[in-house]
Amino acid sequence: MATFKDFRNQVKPNWCPGCGDFSVQAAIQRAAANVGLEPDDLAVISGIGCSGRISGYINAYGFHGIHGRSLPIAQGVKMANRDLTVIASGGDGDGFAIGMGHTIHAMRRNIDVTYIVMDNQIYGLTKGQTSPTSAEGFKTKSTPSGSIESSLSIMELALSSGCGFVAQSFSTDLKDLVAIIEQGIQHKGFSLINVFSPCVTFNKVNTYDWFKQNLVSLKDIEDYDPHNRMMAMQTLMEHNGLVKGLIYQNPNRPSYQESVRGYSSSALSKQDLTLPEEKFSELMAEFM
Amino acid sequence: MIEQLSWKVGGQQGEGIDSTGEIFAIALNRLGYYLYGYRHFSSRIKGGHTNNKIRVSTKEVRAVSDDLDMLIAFDQETIDVNAHELHSGGIIIADAKFNPVKPNHCQATLVIIPFTEIATELGTSLMKNMVAIGATSAALGIDTATYQAVVDEIFGRKGEKVVNNNMEAIQRGADAYIASVGESVQTLSLKKADGKNRLFMIGNDAIALGALAGGARLMAAYPITPASEIMEYLIKKLPEFGGTVVQTEDEIAAATMAIGSNYAGVRTLTASAGPGLSLMMEAIGLSGITETPLVIVDTQRGGPSTGLPTKQEQSDLLAMIYGTHGEIPKIVIAPSTVEEAFYDAIEAFNLAEEYQCPVILLSDLQLSLGKQSVEPLDYDKIQIRRGKLNEEEIAEREDKSYYKRFELTDDGVSNRVIPGTKNGIFHVTGVEHDETGKPSEVPQNRKDQMEKRLRKIHNISFQNPIYKAAPHPEPDLLLIGFNSTRGSIEEVMPRLEADGLKVNHAQIRLVHPFPADELKPMLQAAKKVIVIEHNATGQLASLVKMNVGYGEKIESILKYDGNPFLPGDIHQQCKEMFANGHI
Repeated sequence: MATFKDFRNQVKPNWCPGCGDFSVQAAIQRAAANVGLEPDDLAVISGIGCSGRISGYINAYGFHGIHGRSLPIAQGVKMANRDLTVIASGGDGDGFAIGMGHTIHAMRRNIDVTYIVMDNQIYGLTKGQTSPTSAEGFKTKSTPSGSIESSLSIMELALSSGCGFVAQSFSTDLKDLVAIIEQGIQHKGFSLINVFSPCVTFNKVNTYDWFKQNLVSLKDIEDYDPHNRMMAMQTLMEHNGLVKGLIYQNPNRPSYQESVRGYSSSALSKQDLTLPEEKFSELMAEFM
Repeated sequence: MIEQLSWKVGGQQGEGIDSTGEIFAIALNRLGYYLYGYRHFSSRIKGGHTNNKIRVSTKEVRAVSDDLDMLIAFDQETIDVNAHELHSGGIIIADAKFNPVKPNHCQATLVIIPFTEIATELGTSLMKNMVAIGATSAALGIDTATYQAVVDEIFGRKGEKVVNNNMEAIQRGADAYIASVGESVQTLSLKKADGKNRLFMIGNDAIALGALAGGARLMAAYPITPASEIMEYLIKKLPEFGGTVVQTEDEIAAATMAIGSNYAGVRTLTASAGPGLSLMMEAIGLSGITETPLVIVDTQRGGPSTGLPTKQEQSDLLAMIYGTHGEIPKIVIAPSTVEEAFYDAIEAFNLAEEYQCPVILLSDLQLSLGKQSVEPLDYDKIQIRRGKLNEEEIAEREDKSYYKRFELTDDGVSNRVIPGTKNGIFHVTGVEHDETGKPSEVPQNRKDQMEKRLRKIHNISFQNPIYKAAPHPEPDLLLIGFNSTRGSIEEVMPRLEADGLKVNHAQIRLVHPFPADELKPMLQAAKKVIVIEHNATGQLASLVKMNVGYGEKIESILKYDGNPFLPGDIHQQCKEMFANGHI
């Protein structure tokens, strides 16, 4: 059986020292081993940005695509081979700005993909511009007078988009993060895990300390019920989205693949592609 | 007796104009006639003039006819808009309901039949279409019983009564026509057809059936005119084969999802038209640099932007060849008939896997939507070739290094491993990368990988990259086209020959990589060359000049008003070019 070390490769990440993404990478590697995966069974599909490089840092089938499109690629992979565990990953700009359309529709569609977003509230790779999750008033190179657009409430958006697994975590809470990713992988259907992953170079506001002071753990909220969507929405609103833990899960919603008529119960990629002659004649006759 | 009939039915969109044409055409196709139908429609569902022009012939036809023998009119607009196409011996059969009036100049015979009234008497005005079919049949000397099987199939599930009513509507239409004009007026009596079984389908049907036969098991697509029929066919059929169609949120998702599932080993296509292709351009580049097979169908329509969404044009050509930033290997195939669309769709999947690159199957609205008789397709010609797809076990590497998925090879094509394969792990990235897929900016590596990718398509194997009809060793004229213009060009050739010209024809089927070596001798031999295409800037002519040369010999005939070329259009322009001394 594979251990987390088997999910390591020889590539040294080019992230800045202290970047939150290192812990996310480690958490994915541990979670993959903990749920009993072998590296060959895992595909990590990532977007563009600092965090998008993660597909190259995990010993698994990795696909580093184009900006904002990790989700459609990941859904295509899963549709082609349901035996693979598919993780999509990227940053807040990738998933919530350029790729937002895909994020909402992936949640609606519910193909069994685990989407892990490394949210640092800023654009890092382009050297410090505002992001959809930046707070109003946040000063960056592209918002020298402070952002005048409202910050996106991504967890609320996930709830309203029908997402069956909505979780948020913090990159330094390795144990909790690993557990959440395991749950996300095991959830049958689409899962969204937003991980606050501080940018130590360009974001001097949303720092490790800032999150430690502001994040509320759902474990500390008495009688919090992650199966209660209304409670989840209310809790998010009460805490301005700054909560961590499993926010909502609907274990009963069937995944897209369970719902598609006629969809192959084995990996579609292993199918024989020959069309029997009799079948072909039948298809032709329909045009006569 | 006539060997060929040009028939048109027109009315308001949403009135059942299409189904009138459909029932008439299916029945005649079964009698062994060759049919060619072209629909005039607008980008709206209810209202607006629509018509369906159908050519019936005892010989194969692939173009819209120049004139019209018979016009079935459900409203005055149909007569006003289309009467000019009728020749003097033509017939208008119109519904009495709207008090039809023939335009002054029109010499055709107007026959007024109470379509709506008869249908209403039989139960519902909806059957006015069937009455019209009956009247048509009487005029053509076709037995009304011919329609029994088609009516059974269409209305059978609604019960015997509905079937009988519809058959009666047809009979009453025929009777009314005869009562009106008398038995003697059957000037349009059609010569008997050969009775052979043929398919009756649109190009999009052939592409979709080809995709299925070619092993496609997934499709990701966003609806658009004139491509949607492909996804609509496959969503019905793919579940029988374990696959499906995912209707995505946009064409960016469609193309990237198709890349994802092709990467994971399933032949997957997407299909769209110009606006969708514009959105897919970045994904096409990703397919190119990551060497992931990808099949995209582009059914061209009038551009730019939303352009003429329901009209014929061929203006995506250069965008399909050169579109996406950067430089990638790409194959662009342009079938010129429905049969070719079927076989080329299969071949698109083979080429995409053999050369591990994007393949664009280029069609145009006329080819995609024109419904026509097609000889039965040949099962034995269906081939599945997956290229260097690794099917062997891969030995474990002690150093845990990645598999060399992008290994430098003589032909540029590397062994392809799909995710899930033991010991096959490699990385894929749209960033320039080394042989294992790790990002690399090393100049020599960049050069090596770029050259490796581009040389893949240097010598691609493609059967008949040019359709040639070249009877003359030294022709006066070479006509060149691509996609659906083939039918019109074929019809104009005997007319030009009758004018005393020796004419050859080349229809370019592989537009990229351009078959320059094969076309060159044809240009060399011809005194003059005319490139015929549906765009305003002569895109194919530019390609010919750039790849083959002979610019001084090349003239263009262009049409970009939204309507397909009629053979007469081309003939007329060729004659004018003679008169002006251009050729």
